[in-house]
Amino acid sequence: MQTVKMVVTGPFSAGKTEFIRSVSEIDVVSTERKVTSASERSIKEATTVAMDFGRITVDEDLVLYLFGTPGQRRFDFMWEILSEGMLGFVVMVDSTRPETFREARSILETFHAYAPTPYVVAANKQDIKDAWDIDDMRHVLRLDSKVKLKSCIATNRDSVKAILLELLYSILSEMENGEK
Amino acid sequence: MALSGNLRDFTITQLLNLINLASKTGTLTVEGPSETAEVAFRDGKLAYAQIDQEDGRLASVLYKAKKISSGQYKSIQQGAAHISDKELGLLLINAGYLSQEDILTNLQQHFTGIIQRLFTWVEGFFHFENDLLPPDNRISVRLDLENLIIEGSRQMREWEQLQDEIPSLDMALKFTDRPGANLRNVNLSVEEWRVVSYINPRNTIRQVASATKMNDLEIRRIVYGLLQAGLIEITRLEGASTSTPMVRVFPTEDKEEQKSLVNRLIDRIRSL
Repeated sequence: MQTVKMVVTGPFSAGKTEFIRSVSEIDVVSTERKVTSASERSIKEATTVAMDFGRITVDEDLVLYLFGTPGQRRFDFMWEILSEGMLGFVVMVDSTRPETFREARSILETFHAYAPTPYVVAANKQDIKDAWDIDDMRHVLRLDSKVKLKSCIATNRDSVKAILLELLYSILSEMENGEK
Repeated sequence: MALSGNLRDFTITQLLNLINLASKTGTLTVEGPSETAEVAFRDGKLAYAQIDQEDGRLASVLYKAKKISSGQYKSIQQGAAHISDKELGLLLINAGYLSQEDILTNLQQHFTGIIQRLFTWVEGFFHFENDLLPPDNRISVRLDLENLIIEGSRQMREWEQLQDEIPSLDMALKFTDRPGANLRNVNLSVEEWRVVSYINPRNTIRQVASATKMNDLEIRRIVYGLLQAGLIEITRLEGASTSTPMVRVFPTEDKEEQKSLVNRLIDRIRSL
């Protein structure tokens, strides 16, 4: 049995667990704990402290694992471990919480430094009224026009599929370019 | 769509950069701790700026810039308080007191000064209202933002460097274990002494900032200085454990097999 993995990362409450839950064929193995900080508790009650773990069986020989990183900075010691051997990664950004954009940028840079694999930035919660425009987010996140920044609704399976496919297209494209 | 947020997360420089790059037209309202600023832009260029508690009318700007005398300023206030800035500008030009260039240059300097003050605001909320421009009776300018952004960037670099050095204010501080170091012989400022008095592994930097009534930038500056001097160290409040990764390898080295694998993944995701 061959296994490959992708990592879903992003700031606290960006929607990583929901993203994995939308496509995983198993119940996401989630190590959520009650939030202890009052400010964070106002955003959500539980947070991922170690990692989320989802699975998609491709065929009898191949399985894709999806790992969600803990969003809070104090658990960032896990990031390097999780980034080992990943095919690529998705950076989730909550489009309605501009206060997290700087951290999203920092997480993106950190993961890219750990492993320079392809990645896609998913602008989550685009269905919510207060969501920032994708173009504004691109400016603020300082993303080059070549970087894929895609609209996303983590609770919607089709939307999550689209993000994963974009990442796979990037991986394939990079492999083909590497051969030239 | 909403363009609003908190200055702790978005600096004024970043906002100016966004407005410049997106060639936005509208008014940016920034609510600082004690005052509110309104800055208008047209096609990504600075058009107007005003701090709510201050008199930003043309007469006041020219008086502060010493372009009109105290007597002239009083006369304008008494006799021409009802006329608009545009009308006043025309009167002054026609009377030969000032040229159009004088007026525009002084307004530009005034607006630029307000932006420079905004660079020092690290706390507050902002909101950008698309297509909202200053009243017609005010004189607006058309000033490129690039130079302002460069200046703001210098301050932002300091902020970012400090954030790199001190990424989290939820960490604690402790004195370095250096028997030779004697704090009494170190020349510290009053502000530094205030911070030093709260250094304890049980206090987070945020708590020290709160106790000393410092904002994020101020506490980071002081902590950074103390770190550089080797007097203190950053320490964790709590320990953390690690776990073993479950998956770690790309299963094959063969390029064709790798491509085949990715294509199988694509087919599978499509079929979900």
